[in-house]
Amino acid sequence: MEFLIRLAQWHESFRVAELKAVATVIGADIEIISYEDASPYCIVKLPDEAAARALIARCILAKDIYELWGHGTNYEEVHADVKQRTPHLWAQYETVQFGFDLDAYVGKRSQAKRVEIIKSFSYLGFHGPLKLKNPENQWLIMERYLSPSGIPGAEREKNPEPLNIYFGRYLDKSGRGIIVDYDLKKRSYISTTSMDAELSLVTANIALAAPGKVFYDPFVGTGSFLVAAAHFGALTMGSDIDPRSFRGKDEERKTGEIALLRNYKQYGTMSKFVDAFTSDLTNTPLRNGQLLDGIICDPPYGVREGLRVLGTRNGKVIEPVVIDGVPAHYRAGYIPPKKPYGFEAMQKDILDFASRTLVTNGRLAMWMPTAIEGDDLKVPMHPNLEVVSVCVQSFGNWARQLMTYRRLPEGEVSDTSQGRNKVDKIGITASEVNDFRRKYFNRFQAKGTAD
Amino acid sequence: MKVITANFVTCAVKECKTSPTSFPLHFHDAELEMQELDFQPEFIRNVIPRIDWEGLRVTANELGFPSLPESKPEGEALGDEQTLKDLHRLLLETQVMEGKLICGNCGHEYVIKEGIANFLLPSHLV
Repeated sequence: MEFLIRLAQWHESFRVAELKAVATVIGADIEIISYEDASPYCIVKLPDEAAARALIARCILAKDIYELWGHGTNYEEVHADVKQRTPHLWAQYETVQFGFDLDAYVGKRSQAKRVEIIKSFSYLGFHGPLKLKNPENQWLIMERYLSPSGIPGAEREKNPEPLNIYFGRYLDKSGRGIIVDYDLKKRSYISTTSMDAELSLVTANIALAAPGKVFYDPFVGTGSFLVAAAHFGALTMGSDIDPRSFRGKDEERKTGEIALLRNYKQYGTMSKFVDAFTSDLTNTPLRNGQLLDGIICDPPYGVREGLRVLGTRNGKVIEPVVIDGVPAHYRAGYIPPKKPYGFEAMQKDILDFASRTLVTNGRLAMWMPTAIEGDDLKVPMHPNLEVVSVCVQSFGNWARQLMTYRRLPEGEVSDTSQGRNKVDKIGITASEVNDFRRKYFNRFQAKGTAD
Repeated sequence: MKVITANFVTCAVKECKTSPTSFPLHFHDAELEMQELDFQPEFIRNVIPRIDWEGLRVTANELGFPSLPESKPEGEALGDEQTLKDLHRLLLETQVMEGKLICGNCGHEYVIKEGIANFLLPSHLV
């Protein structure tokens, strides 16, 4: 069966990745029949209406879903399509309460024209009571005006007719409304690096968060990804090299309370919280084995937050010191030495870690910066992990992307020849070991001189 | 720290990872707190295959829980609600708030404070 999905015209490159991921979660085959980045209208094939409702309920980057009755580039085509696809459905709606509306995307229709268009569908033979607000059965005519070049205005003047027209029966709205509840402005515990609610939820969706699963964020911070995964029912655990990030700074917290837990309490997902602990991914305590269904993270890029791991800057080992009969490293308040670390080395470590700890078909969804100053950062790859999707969020002068990988079954290997094989340079300062950090700051310096 | 997490972790020292005596880490001076949570049987069924049963038996014993069956419940046994409830209580509802986890191989002690375990290593163990 074909369905029409109205997508959010926003975060375009994440939309199909999310639809496909949610279809995987609900166990339905999905085929994308028509899609383009410049359009909010997407036609998909799904097994049945139940699958369509289950799919849309979890989608964040969609608005609603319709049973597709017809589409075309003008009304003759639409009516011909409706008469070909749906005559067997007309009778069952003959006497029901119904509503009919027209939605013009980036376009306008006068009231008289709207009525004229709606009347052109009278051959459907609906004689039931017409209700404008919240009818039991709603049909919608959707017109799309935006030109393929994506520039409204001048071209629309020249071409006042819609580019595409879709007609469908409304089924259900999406899970998008939840973004408001998870808004960072209303969240109990956040920091400057918290990921926004919408993209956190999308990340959790793409990583296939669902009831019964174990999700882990090795750079948990204030837990943006974990509360999103918990929203979709996964049990969640996180760690961070700096416990203050999830525990809260001493002066801000009440006795014994982990600040991160306030977020789970706020969202009513306390039973989805497993643990938060202090650890460094390059010296992880997690044992090797198929433990995790999903790993979701936004590792520090070494720009706003320092990227550090355990070790000493000069590589020299500090021999343990005993104070009052107790080794210094067991005394309260001991802080182990840390060294700056390369961002690309960290990504490689995350991929290695994922290949050791994910269950078969488990997913790693990892954010990374990309394409700075026209210099594409190559995608990191691992033979045991297959790239599922690459979604890009652009900020104008730089961009970041969400890389999603699937853990392959033992015995299967992915093609990593297009991946990155460069390793970070050896050095001592943060900029020496971290290419991205150096480029990021050099860019601003260069701009400063030019101005 | 919950018991399920204790079953997922071992010593963070790289050389210890290959030693059978590094797992499970041993609880010392553990102060427990029980926290009632919604019963999630599908989660327990999903994670049982990932649990190291021998390790869980050692941990349960150290924390003073009644001894677990000798072999991991599988197949029909996972349909028994009481079995799942007992495991839910042990794995998810039991928290170690204060205490230590000690590696049986290198002897390093990981401190648990206010429910948070610290797995950071001093420089001579990195």
